[in-house]
Amino acid sequence: MARRVSCGSEELHVLAVDDSNVDRKVIERLLRISSCKVTAVDSGSRALQYLGLDGEKNSVGFDGLKVNLIMTDYSMPGMTGYELLKKIKQKSSALREIPVVIMSSEKILARIDRCLEEGAEEFLMKPVKLSDVKRLKSFILRGEGDEHGEKQTQKRKLEDDPLSASSPLSSSASSLSGNLSPSPPPSPSSTLQPLSKRTRL
Amino acid sequence: MEVGQLQRKFVDYTASLFCEGFLDEQFTQLQQLQDESNPDFVVEVVSLFFEDTEKLLNDLTRALDQQSVDFKKVDAHVHQLKGSSSSIGAQRVRNACIAFRNFCEEQNTDACSKCLLQVKQEYSLVKNKLDTLFRLEQQIVEAGGAVPMVG
Repeated sequence: MARRVSCGSEELHVLAVDDSNVDRKVIERLLRISSCKVTAVDSGSRALQYLGLDGEKNSVGFDGLKVNLIMTDYSMPGMTGYELLKKIKQKSSALREIPVVIMSSEKILARIDRCLEEGAEEFLMKPVKLSDVKRLKSFILRGEGDEHGEKQTQKRKLEDDPLSASSPLSSSASSLSGNLSPSPPPSPSSTLQPLSKRTRL
Repeated sequence: MEVGQLQRKFVDYTASLFCEGFLDEQFTQLQQLQDESNPDFVVEVVSLFFEDTEKLLNDLTRALDQQSVDFKKVDAHVHQLKGSSSSIGAQRVRNACIAFRNFCEEQNTDACSKCLLQVKQEYSLVKNKLDTLFRLEQQIVEAGGAVPMVG
């Protein structure tokens, strides 16, 4: 079973979305300490701008760096994290394969279910811990290796046992390469491929 | 005061803040994110918290002062404050916010005003404590010592 080399030298690039100055600073630090590249924005609309999903041909701020993971707060003025999630996961969205994680300080089951149903990878309780980020990172990176197509049967949520490994995801049937938003040039070295959509229950 | 004494004072003071419930585990998490490459991380995050809180407290005072109180708005502000206090481990502020939100739900202006007072008091207390803590840290560094890791 050959593991793709991509996760070796490549750093994860995470787009963090949170309207709280304090939380943005903390998540940024958590990610940097975990050797991730971080772009932090303070709203859903700025996130869409950055991703090139806002409809503008030449999005301000899009710097060509491919995003491997989006972590967004749920409760934000204007556009909630849930609304942002929906926009990213739209069928027509070029970036719907990017895993999205929702963060919230409120443990509302209906909210959690809604987010997972809409395609969120995970729902993290705030305050987010270093162990959450480390687990998330290895989970995202691991989605790369398995070629035997083990299907993910259950999405993780809440405070799972941090030691429990998630089952590897099946490799992606459709790749993103043709569908990236207009402006940026593709990264020179092979970057992480997006995770495949998991079987929805 | 020589370095050893300052360090002991720092350790004792930090421990008391946890004992008395001013700070919780989340503060320790933040301290663990600090290192030589980011030596001021905790001070920076806490400073952001101070800035944000002062603005929120002003907004809350104004909102509760209105003829017709917009409880949705008040609740939104308290929710924000609850979040940020939780993120830095300011436990007593966070707990005061939880009580506050309950009264927002009841749309009880009087009770909310009392809660706001309570939140202001808790904030003032923890701000004082943290300022003292950071000052101690500074003294240690200036005296040529290393700041002990507590907890």
